[in-house]
Amino acid sequence: MTVQISFTLNDRPTTVDVEPATLVAELLREQLNLTGTHIGCDTSQCGACVVHLDGLPVKSCTLLAPALDGATLLTIEGLRSEPGSNRMHPMQEAFREHHGLQCGFCTPGMLMTAVALATEKPTLTEADVRHGLEGNICRCTGYQNIVVSVMAGAAAMNAAKGE
Amino acid sequence: MGNVIGIGASPKRKEDQRFLTGRGNYVSDIKRPGMTAGVFVRSPHGHAILRGVDKSAALASPGVIAVLTGDDVKTDGLGSLPCGWGISDAKGVPMKEPPFPMLAQGKVRFVGDMVAFVIADTPEQANAAAELLTVDYEVLPSVVGVLEAVRPGAPQLFDDVPNNICCDWELGDKAAVETAFRKAAHVAKLSLVNNRLIGNPMEPRAAIAEYEPGTDRFTLWTTSQFPHVVRFLMGALVLNIPQHKLRVVAPDVGGGFGVKQFHYGEEAVITWAAKRVMRPIKWVASRSEGYVSDRHGRDHVTEAELALDETGKFLAFRVNTLANMGGYLSTFGPNIPTNLYGPLLGGVYTTPAIYCNVKVVFTNTVPVDAYRGAGRPEATFVLERIVDVAASEMGIDRVEIRRRNMIPKEAYPYQTPVLVQYDSGDPMGCLDGALIAADVKNFGIRKAASASKGKFRGLGYSTYVEACGLAPSRFAGRLGARGGLYESATVRVHPTGQVTVMIGTHNHGQGHETTFAQIVSEKLGVSFENVDIVFGDTDRVQFGMGTYGSRSLVVGGAALSKATDKVVAKGKKIAAHLLEASEVDIQFEAGNFSVAGTDRIKSFEEIAGAAYVPHNYPLEVLEPGLEEQAYYDPVNFTYPGGCHIAEVEVDPETGTVTLVNYTAVDDVGTVINPMIVEGQLHGGIVQGVGQALFESAVYDEGSGQLLSGSLMDYCMPRADHMPMMKVATHSTLCTHTPMGVKGCGEVGTIGSPAAVINAVVDALSHLGVTHVDMPATPNRIWRLLQNASLPVAAE
Repeated sequence: MTVQISFTLNDRPTTVDVEPATLVAELLREQLNLTGTHIGCDTSQCGACVVHLDGLPVKSCTLLAPALDGATLLTIEGLRSEPGSNRMHPMQEAFREHHGLQCGFCTPGMLMTAVALATEKPTLTEADVRHGLEGNICRCTGYQNIVVSVMAGAAAMNAAKGE
Repeated sequence: MGNVIGIGASPKRKEDQRFLTGRGNYVSDIKRPGMTAGVFVRSPHGHAILRGVDKSAALASPGVIAVLTGDDVKTDGLGSLPCGWGISDAKGVPMKEPPFPMLAQGKVRFVGDMVAFVIADTPEQANAAAELLTVDYEVLPSVVGVLEAVRPGAPQLFDDVPNNICCDWELGDKAAVETAFRKAAHVAKLSLVNNRLIGNPMEPRAAIAEYEPGTDRFTLWTTSQFPHVVRFLMGALVLNIPQHKLRVVAPDVGGGFGVKQFHYGEEAVITWAAKRVMRPIKWVASRSEGYVSDRHGRDHVTEAELALDETGKFLAFRVNTLANMGGYLSTFGPNIPTNLYGPLLGGVYTTPAIYCNVKVVFTNTVPVDAYRGAGRPEATFVLERIVDVAASEMGIDRVEIRRRNMIPKEAYPYQTPVLVQYDSGDPMGCLDGALIAADVKNFGIRKAASASKGKFRGLGYSTYVEACGLAPSRFAGRLGARGGLYESATVRVHPTGQVTVMIGTHNHGQGHETTFAQIVSEKLGVSFENVDIVFGDTDRVQFGMGTYGSRSLVVGGAALSKATDKVVAKGKKIAAHLLEASEVDIQFEAGNFSVAGTDRIKSFEEIAGAAYVPHNYPLEVLEPGLEEQAYYDPVNFTYPGGCHIAEVEVDPETGTVTLVNYTAVDDVGTVINPMIVEGQLHGGIVQGVGQALFESAVYDEGSGQLLSGSLMDYCMPRADHMPMMKVATHSTLCTHTPMGVKGCGEVGTIGSPAAVINAVVDALSHLGVTHVDMPATPNRIWRLLQNASLPVAAE
């Protein structure tokens, strides 16, 4: 038995029929073909699946699809410098500039967490960033360049706001 | 010619755009028409006789297409998983090599051993049916530790492997070592454990297999570091599929660290099953499944002794190690604790005599194989720990004892007593650089500041050498390798002058698309943007051994360099014809062919165009087209090295070790892209820090259950575990690779565990602590402090 849910996905109204037990990460990847949201674990530890639900970062592997009804969801595929733009978000640019990724698997989740961190607190210290990334595991980079990237991305987001 | 970006520059990575926008293409992202889902049923027991599998309820479950077991494998007459290295003992007796069936037959030998494969229309249906499978096990006692496994009366995994010993391997001059020990003024002794690790690339393993009846061809998409080797091992040795009928693709792979460089049974089962059910099948491991099926790393128990003269000069080094292989021999399994361990026990020192005995042991655990560093971190850890022990016992400063024994820069090339000859290096230079970068001279001030807060501060050194770019084939063959260790590259110049490179290495985070493009850009003078690097597909790439052992740039880069030289050589012949000059007068510089001393010139694009539009072309002496291929088999290993210095603070109240400073100065030879090298060093260091402080695969003796079976129980380093690291390179050039490169992928993981543990021991040395086993968890440190001979108090 499926239920019908309607929500805003990356700025577009979306209506889908889902099995009630479907996880948001599965819905995105299997039904909606948005495979940028990754599944890296089964214990909600790794953070590769982080998306924004109504502006807040959530691990989409722990959220049931029916909870999306009426909500606004942003995934890595929808992350842009501004709505409708083709330009990358300043946080994405910062990760590229500062080599904040290697294999790229944890990167979408890292970016979504990073954007949320920088949105929540405009002046991030290194300690804030390290603490804020606790729920996102990266095995490649040793985090150093991710931390540098997030701080640079946050600064760029602030600068853009001030324009 | 546009934007030439060559060696030594740090362009932003070509591969980043797709990863940053969620458009990477990992195996689990791929869908095929009519695709089914496969689920492996794995043994819940460490050791059991497999009496039978009742498939009936599972087969009757909705959506189920097939259930396959070891009996089906036997009926179809398929091979078992091959081991890529055959080692022998000192008398030349080959290792015991029991078969490793792709689905268990007769017995299961570790928790996670594959018993059956269930295929259904959806993953939910396959999972539901897997629950209905009735497996009749007769449970036997398990043995998981190497010390327990070799004891008389221990559970025996294989009838024909007495005492569970696969091979009793040795290296070095035992008699010379014994003589040296008799003359020693001091002998330092150390018993240690090198903890079992789980690689944990962030992308779990996955595979999709498809059979096309029209062409009788198979395609396997798999999370692999070496698709051509999978094609060879699986096609030729397991499933009897002709190589030209089998395509293996490893697209974007989310991290490997060695864990994805083996031929896994899952790949063979899914490929075989795809033809049986005549539909594509997809299998994606969960993280927890990975914990009991990805090959594990390390797992040594070692007794070491270092003999010294009265001045602290090393006279001889003796090492006895029991190395855990797990339940079966994995692809490179027996090679890791032997050939990649023993020959590195010389380290950066002039120790004249070394002897190493390694007993390679079967236990009821996940098979152990290469994990980042593979053998070299284990060797470095033993050596760098015992050097500290010796220094402490003899009252010699830890830096000073290293200096007294280090190979001087001018002594290279240096022949060690354990097979290998280092071509170049400067350990003293790395040490000096690291001492300054780590501000060691002010350590006392920082230690006092910690003490004033009731914390113990410690400093730890690790000076190491490693062997990478595994090769040459002839040498590896003598050591038991059953394959070659060369690499291949094809440089295809298009009629417009753009370049596609097909290379046999595999990019799973190392930035090959960028680094290799830099090499081509520099060597051919073409725009960096106009170079594409293709890898990971046996239908597109001629052949290749893949990426492991920090070999990609060392061996693959050399093949690429050689192929570009051939392109230039052919280009000169074409230019000579077009410019009506002698070939010897043609020079190639900055993307132009010209006649020396004249203004007659042809651009690279013009030459490429002429090669494909041969209206005025030397057809009598030269074929059209501009595509060259090279295979490169190196003449020696390369030997990166360096010095790592860790600084820790220990809280005696909780036992928590905090890494407060970390400095690394590494000799990786020529640096093609400093940004990427730095990133590799960062990542490697943190993996080593993970081993030293957090990570351990823990098994329950007797039941064989993996107690650290998920990310909830296995502590992975997170962002807030690390300080900002200082990394730098102090490079001497490799004397035998075309570009002087040595490799950088593993040095961080090789140097760091010893540095961190030496720092922890230093922090606690005033309490009489002389050794701490890894991982130095709060619990372990706290217990140690409770048992310390001196009262717990800050200095």
